[in-house]
Amino acid sequence: MIMSIFKDFNLRDQGAHIWAGWNRTVRTIFVLVVLGVVCLLPFAADWGPTSFLNTPITSFQNVLVYPIGMFVLMALGLNIVVGKSGLLDLGYVAFFAIGAYSQAIMSTTLGWNTWEIMPFGIAFAMLSGLLLGLPALRLRGDYLAIITMGFGEIVRLVALNINITNGSEGIPGIPNPPKILGFNFDLMHPQDFFWLVLVMILLVIWMIRRFTVRRPGRAWEAIRQDEDVASLMGVNTLVYKLWSFVIGAAVGGAAGVLYASKVMVISPDMFKFDVSILILACVVFGGIGNIWGVILGASILAYLPDRIRFISDARQLVFGLVLIIMMNLRPDGLLPRKKREKITEKGAM
Amino acid sequence: MNFSVLTSQFWSLAFQGLALGLIYSLVSLGYTMVYGVLRLINFANSEVFMLGTFATFYLESYVFDVTTTGKQYRGMQVVWILLASLIASMIVCAVVAMLVEVVAYRRLRARGANKLASLISAIGVSIFLSEGMRIITASKPLASPRVLQKWSFGTIAGADIRIDTVLAIIIPIIVFVILDRFVTKTRLGKSIRAVSMSEENSKLMGININRVITLTFCIGGLTTGIAAFLYTTVYENTVYKVGFTMGIAAFTAAVLGGIGNLRGAFYGGLALGILEQYASAILGSQWKSVTVFLVLVLVLLFKPNGLFGEAVQQTRT
Repeated sequence: MIMSIFKDFNLRDQGAHIWAGWNRTVRTIFVLVVLGVVCLLPFAADWGPTSFLNTPITSFQNVLVYPIGMFVLMALGLNIVVGKSGLLDLGYVAFFAIGAYSQAIMSTTLGWNTWEIMPFGIAFAMLSGLLLGLPALRLRGDYLAIITMGFGEIVRLVALNINITNGSEGIPGIPNPPKILGFNFDLMHPQDFFWLVLVMILLVIWMIRRFTVRRPGRAWEAIRQDEDVASLMGVNTLVYKLWSFVIGAAVGGAAGVLYASKVMVISPDMFKFDVSILILACVVFGGIGNIWGVILGASILAYLPDRIRFISDARQLVFGLVLIIMMNLRPDGLLPRKKREKITEKGAM
Repeated sequence: MNFSVLTSQFWSLAFQGLALGLIYSLVSLGYTMVYGVLRLINFANSEVFMLGTFATFYLESYVFDVTTTGKQYRGMQVVWILLASLIASMIVCAVVAMLVEVVAYRRLRARGANKLASLISAIGVSIFLSEGMRIITASKPLASPRVLQKWSFGTIAGADIRIDTVLAIIIPIIVFVILDRFVTKTRLGKSIRAVSMSEENSKLMGININRVITLTFCIGGLTTGIAAFLYTTVYENTVYKVGFTMGIAAFTAAVLGGIGNLRGAFYGGLALGILEQYASAILGSQWKSVTVFLVLVLVLLFKPNGLFGEAVQQTRT
């Protein structure tokens, strides 16, 4: 009985229903309040009632930037590929790595700062997405999965074996982003970093929402539901699939640039296959295709391993268990996408 | 770049590649059979393999006490120990594979959940198993005991024909012949093929789908178990993360040959094993995986369904 309530309850639809009932002013106030609360999150660990959020070892402010903020950003990027257009990408970490290495190499050799490198990092990630997508996106879904997985491994192995990336030792001494508008992005000010990541997340959300209501969004939706039908209806499937792939890559690249300038030293070990899997897990766990679900899923899955560090040795074990149990209880994720979109999907799967 | 090895070690590399490739093809059966029936990548198969190597290791070193200081066996006793550890590995792998199906797939399938949900729950099982083993072994790699003394039959064209490599070539070939017979000739085998062609129609024909799926996982587990035994016998070591590399290689092999297809797995594994040996000899072992993936991309570009993909399409439509 309780199980069936749990199963049928769809928070996402409830939320959408309440949201639809509000007028513009109420919506604006709600968004501002939520945004304000999120902005204050770095101070939550110092404030009595919410100090339970504190994580052992790493401070909560740092956890908010990496892994939580970064994972939300990357999960949103991967959601464009997996959630919106239904392409299974198992090598998303490659774009993250390309962004991170652009930042590392260009800042240490050319002496540029993060803001100058950011467009280049994004461009390199997009270019590699295009180069990978052109051959790979012609293939059926499951073959795409292995090619992207292979690509992720290739990027890591190349970084491990060529000179410019300094092999397994990695690149140390990557500078932090310079001061801007009174915000200090250094070790002492993790909250400033968090706000920076937050701005990027908001930009990505805005971008996704714009795309969703416009032509590319409709094309992605059609491709996800049935690629053959979409193609018959005159959607140029390869072009739109490439677009979603490249935009997803751009978000990954941006996250990478930021990550490298936060941690200041990177090595190929940080870009293993596990990271791709973890980001994919964030997307599916939260609710494929639904931005808010993805954000929730990524926050939980990124926070969990740090939170349960007290059972240090068994935390990955618990993480695996959580994945199994949650997927069995809620196969569509914590906050599934709209019912309307889901029902039509059944035929395609 | 070191092309001189091509002349000096050509046959030796081919021989080792053959053994490695056949081990790959046995593991890739765990992917390809499940894929044929469920259309899902069985992510947990790599950890099934890992548990198989540990089953072999624990049986040999603790039950039979084969260690450097422990007992020495000779003659028929060695054969019995090998046989026992082979069977143990097969049983452990088959049981784990069937459990994986129950835990990760069955409930989700009954609810008609989407593919990715099962993928993530299988990844969950995979993380659980490898982390469990990591905690038990305290992250240490284990050198497994040498049950089989590695005597050589002699050298043919520069290749050292050793007993363990010969076993790793002969056993998979026997397994493939038996499996091929099983799938084409017996009633159960035919029902597996029927389900992989069309689940709905085979349901209408009175086939118990759940039983077929369990059977498929069981067969995949059995062959993975044989592979785990052979791997431990030839390479004599294991570690909690051994499944990961093996899993990627075996899955690549399955795709290379055309996933969902028995012969595809066989030839795909073979091609991959030999390719890896030559690539690591010529370019250095760090470029091995890169070469493999580039070849995979090229193959898929020209033959989008894998090397033996046409046969798959015929059976599917």
